[in-house]
Amino acid sequence: MIKVLKPGLFTTIQDLGRFGFQEFGVPYSGAMDVYAAKMANALLGNSQNDAVLEMTMLGPTLQFNCATLICVSGADMQAKLNNKPIEAYKLVQVKADDVLSFSSVKKGFRAYLAVKGGFQTETVMQSRSMYQSITENHYLSEGDTLPIESYNNQQYNPNAALKVQHDYMGQSEIGVFKGPEFDLLTKAQQERLLSFNFKISKENNRMAYQLNEPLENTLEAIITSPVLPGTVQLTPSGKLIVLMRDCQTTGGYPRVLQLSEASISALSQKYTGQSVRFKLLVYGVRAE
Amino acid sequence: MLGFKLSYKAYGDRAILVEWPKLIAEDILKDVLNFKEKIKASDLENIAEIRSAYQSLLIIFDAAFSFETEVKSLQNLYKTETKSLELQSTLWRIPVCYDASFGLDLDAISDAKNISKTDLIKRHTQAIYSIYFIGFLPGFLYLGGLDEVLWTPRKATPRMKIAKGAVAIGGNQTGIYPTESPGGWNIIGNSPIDFFNLNNERPCFSKAGDRIQFYAVSLKEYHDIKVLVEANVYQIEKEVGDD
Repeated sequence: MIKVLKPGLFTTIQDLGRFGFQEFGVPYSGAMDVYAAKMANALLGNSQNDAVLEMTMLGPTLQFNCATLICVSGADMQAKLNNKPIEAYKLVQVKADDVLSFSSVKKGFRAYLAVKGGFQTETVMQSRSMYQSITENHYLSEGDTLPIESYNNQQYNPNAALKVQHDYMGQSEIGVFKGPEFDLLTKAQQERLLSFNFKISKENNRMAYQLNEPLENTLEAIITSPVLPGTVQLTPSGKLIVLMRDCQTTGGYPRVLQLSEASISALSQKYTGQSVRFKLLVYGVRAE
Repeated sequence: MLGFKLSYKAYGDRAILVEWPKLIAEDILKDVLNFKEKIKASDLENIAEIRSAYQSLLIIFDAAFSFETEVKSLQNLYKTETKSLELQSTLWRIPVCYDASFGLDLDAISDAKNISKTDLIKRHTQAIYSIYFIGFLPGFLYLGGLDEVLWTPRKATPRMKIAKGAVAIGGNQTGIYPTESPGGWNIIGNSPIDFFNLNNERPCFSKAGDRIQFYAVSLKEYHDIKVLVEANVYQIEKEVGDD
């Protein structure tokens, strides 16, 4: 079990998401930076859908009541075990009563904590991902306890030497495909959309990232239709909204771009005021 | 039947969007749901999920796919005459209390339309609504078939808090807020029924293609039903048909 001494700014439990319930209007949810979450699980030898802790901007302080192995990934929140710095993307042995603390973010925006065997919090509709009105809590609070399994063997893990990518954290280029309504834009609108440096607005969260600079919009609303995480919507006022993991299942704004999976992870490490530029990807050529 | 002219578009590198003509209509809804069932029953591979809306289907793949190949298979499948899949459609009768304590915008609408509240409620309960799909919030039904007289623009300033169960009108649509949420629709009543229940295997009792009819209940009846709903023993009145 882990006890939450300080919850941090916005800390949630996430796995890869809640699939198969979209026809009831339930969002996918799941780790914003799927790459970092999967990598931490892989290093521990967990299955990739095991639940991890997602921390935002300012991390929590946690106390363990059993021994386990942990792995920290994603943004750099200056993780310390009993006040001694620990390295990200490395397996770290934890004993009962140890205190793991994070502070404010140095690089990136979202950090992850994986534990051997994954967090064992409540499963609702086949997922542990927290979401308001679906799970009992939708973020961690002081005093919460998070069930984990104790783990004492310091076994050799064949994945422990996996090569980790860090480049995406600083990358401002966001790989996209044309969205279903992209071709309805004028040439000039398309060019601006694919060349301008857009700044991330302060309206950014797990549902969506809004961008500050508008794109002149001459398109009509569409008849409400499905949307996906990574869909870039263009509102009547010209605001661009990039939908993220907790987005609604349907929407009525034109869908001008679609981020690749890797780009959703990259964008989720960005925060207010940072710039991004959309770059058109070619189908079939995957940047892994 | 000749079928509709469909368009196929890539939606990112993992999904195909199929679109029908830009209309909200019953025959399109039926065709969308029919095609969805056809795809589900077909031997097309690597399909993770199919989602439908008014006039579109989103087919999500769980592995890399060739757009051209998949579109060709889908086009052929659409043309294939199959034993027409009988879509079972259930008519659900939903109690609504139109008491003034719930119907915050009843007066405003009846003034604006110059109709009595009794007439307004009659028009709202006479219609049989089709469920086009569920979206926006978990358990929020997109209903078609609202009496034109009742069409009312969304409020200029949305309310920060709309009660769970609120029955509302927004533009040419009517709907029920399944959970407390912010919203800009005009509130005319409240239903004691749970439109989204995590404890049930299927969290929503209804599905796209089903029908809804509202009937008016008194405040007393509303609270009686609410008690049964909360105890999870209330049976919603329904008629099963296969139109």
